[in-house]
Amino acid sequence: MGINGEMVILVISHDNKEKKMFLKKVMVAGAFIMLGNTAMAGCGISSGNVNVLSNDFPAIQAVTAGASTCAGDGVTVKTNLTKDHKDIMVAALTANPAEYTSVITSNSTLVTLMNDGLVRSLDDLVAKHGGGLNPSQMVTVDGKIMAVAFMANAQHLFSRSDILEKAGVSSIPATYEDVLAAAKAIKSAGLMDYPVALNTKAGWNLGEEFVNMYMGTGGDFFKPGTAEVAVNNAHGVATLNMLKSLVAYSHPDFMTFDSNATQAEWEAGNLALATMWGSRGGAVMDGEGSSEAVESSTVLSSAPTWGGKSRPASTLWWDGISISANISDEDAEATFVALMHGISPEVIAANNAAAVWLGKGYTPSKASAGVSATAAGGAAPYPMLPFMGTLHSALGSEISDFLQGSESAEQALSDVEAAYTAAATEKGFLK
Amino acid sequence: MKNRTFFWFILPSLVAMVLFIALPIGSVFIQSLYIEHGAVLKEVKSCGPFGCKDEVQIDVAATSQLKEEKPLGKFNGFGTYTNRNHLAVTELKSAWNDSANWSIYFSKVYNLPFYRALAFTLTYTFIVTPLVLLLGFFIALGVNSLPKKLKGPTIFVSLLPMIVTPLIGSLILFWMIDSKGILGASLQWLLDDPNLSLKASPALTWIMLIIYGVWHSAPFAFIVFYAGLQTVPSETIEAAMIDGASRWERTRYVVLPHLVPLIVFISLIQLMDNFRVFEPIVGFSAQASATSLSWIIYNDLAGGEGTFFGSAGATSVLTILGVAVLLIPVLIRTWNDFNRKAV
Repeated sequence: MGINGEMVILVISHDNKEKKMFLKKVMVAGAFIMLGNTAMAGCGISSGNVNVLSNDFPAIQAVTAGASTCAGDGVTVKTNLTKDHKDIMVAALTANPAEYTSVITSNSTLVTLMNDGLVRSLDDLVAKHGGGLNPSQMVTVDGKIMAVAFMANAQHLFSRSDILEKAGVSSIPATYEDVLAAAKAIKSAGLMDYPVALNTKAGWNLGEEFVNMYMGTGGDFFKPGTAEVAVNNAHGVATLNMLKSLVAYSHPDFMTFDSNATQAEWEAGNLALATMWGSRGGAVMDGEGSSEAVESSTVLSSAPTWGGKSRPASTLWWDGISISANISDEDAEATFVALMHGISPEVIAANNAAAVWLGKGYTPSKASAGVSATAAGGAAPYPMLPFMGTLHSALGSEISDFLQGSESAEQALSDVEAAYTAAATEKGFLK
Repeated sequence: MKNRTFFWFILPSLVAMVLFIALPIGSVFIQSLYIEHGAVLKEVKSCGPFGCKDEVQIDVAATSQLKEEKPLGKFNGFGTYTNRNHLAVTELKSAWNDSANWSIYFSKVYNLPFYRALAFTLTYTFIVTPLVLLLGFFIALGVNSLPKKLKGPTIFVSLLPMIVTPLIGSLILFWMIDSKGILGASLQWLLDDPNLSLKASPALTWIMLIIYGVWHSAPFAFIVFYAGLQTVPSETIEAAMIDGASRWERTRYVVLPHLVPLIVFISLIQLMDNFRVFEPIVGFSAQASATSLSWIIYNDLAGGEGTFFGSAGATSVLTILGVAVLLIPVLIRTWNDFNRKAV
């Protein structure tokens, strides 16, 4: 609303106090940037620009802080940590020279960058500077190293052992059928009306829940070797029905639950069984924002299996380093070396609880037990397919009608396929 | 004014309009006619921390030349406009042929994302606009009859909903109407229904968004009407009083006719604004129950994985057309007024 906007600006600019506050903030921010740039040098690089774009959560903050220590004589290190990194990365790296020398990527974002050829092969850099890395950290596509993974993440089960005990459930649920039975026991014992939560906010979160659950069936998302979608089948219907049975034990607001909402509900003690991101484990167990009773009885375990299958219903994610294609080799090398410092054993050891680290220096902790168990149970990685993101978006918006009870599972899945087909045609994946 | 003088007078704003309005709309329209080049796919081995797998990837080298030659993409004509995610021409036809009666037909049409968004957008526009006019008018009347000392503070407080940024305003309300929030919990207590949740059902979500829209926009109508009320000639009012007109009659036959141009103005602005409803849907996390055309554009550009410039362009052009259709009656009226005055 144009007219309103102008009025608001007028009101603020007439307020002198506001102006002074703003000036103060700018000066404080400026001082911080100066500090960042004049920190000790000692990474063995003499020149180059490092500019990192990434998501924003504690583990990545530790990595970029570690990389920032390389700033000094002739080397500048800048970082931009934002939840909206996905929306700006393609435009920022398409420019030549690219705006950022590195993007901290994951399974899905690396594919988006590779689709447009925006990241370079790291073979030379790893050979020269990557001596301390574990072989399993290399993400190779067609024989070329495209990223160096430094942490793993997955959604898995969070349980409250005290509530389960009170409801007469003797063990932590291992299957989603067990989860349903436990939820029923908790509800009928009058302990909680809505003991279960998943990240079911319509959009990306809901899409991820479908992908996770479908993974547990062992079904394929696409006809092998093609971009043709194949989720409208018995596996898909069973997946939707399982999700619906679970959200029947969720608060009626479940269509608005994202990771922040479920974590808050968990910390408030309103949940007994939840599927949440492993990276939330550290935050739940950090002695802050929750009561002692909730923290001490929170148990992190593998993502459940279901339907008599053995693969945990979850997807494994990694976060890793990629280097832009459209930058000078000098900047690429400086960036790689700086980020190697960001994921050095010292940084990992100092931030052990922040993530499930893949590099040397990591000692598994209680907060990482869920992700480790899920990976050990044989969960599959999130598919690195160019068109997976398009399907993910279609799932996120089209299955909410079914979960709200206004259409059949078959109709929801055929909507998903139709929405995907139209979008994938526009993207050039389908003819 | 001479034509020449008029031309030089209008030139700066003409240039600005071409640069900042016509060219962007033109480029959006052109983009909406294109889709991305067909991707050359190849199966390669990809390995990561969790093992190796043969997966399909895009052959970047094979498509890069095509992209350089034709950076806009592949010409698709109006294909994006007619596909399932927009006007869905084919789906409309088959729904028509498969439906036994109107209600089945409508439910099938409502299942298509564009028409679903259009349904909410139109409902929102046509409920919020008149309510804003009405509420704004009555607040203005009320404030206008307050003692002088109280007017200033009352106007300030009444303007607050408009001063709050829409996204922030809707987020604050979103937390207040949460079943554990102050409004949500009070409603549960009032209606004696511990399971009531405003976020849970589509119908309640729509009502909530509409109430938010009225709350947010009423101050705008109020302040315009209030300014208008200051210009009502006191002689006419006094004459009407002497003639024995009641307060209601004075409002109906003197004040309202005087304010007609403002009613047209507010309707114009409100129809445009409400048709582009967007922030409350994000703020209220309402996309499962209510979407709007602007929300679809946002979702194509930033909501999920990857960006769909063609789709976003097509929806933008359709939105502009929608606004144009909505404004035609109001514009015709203004045009007629203008001609009448010119004579």
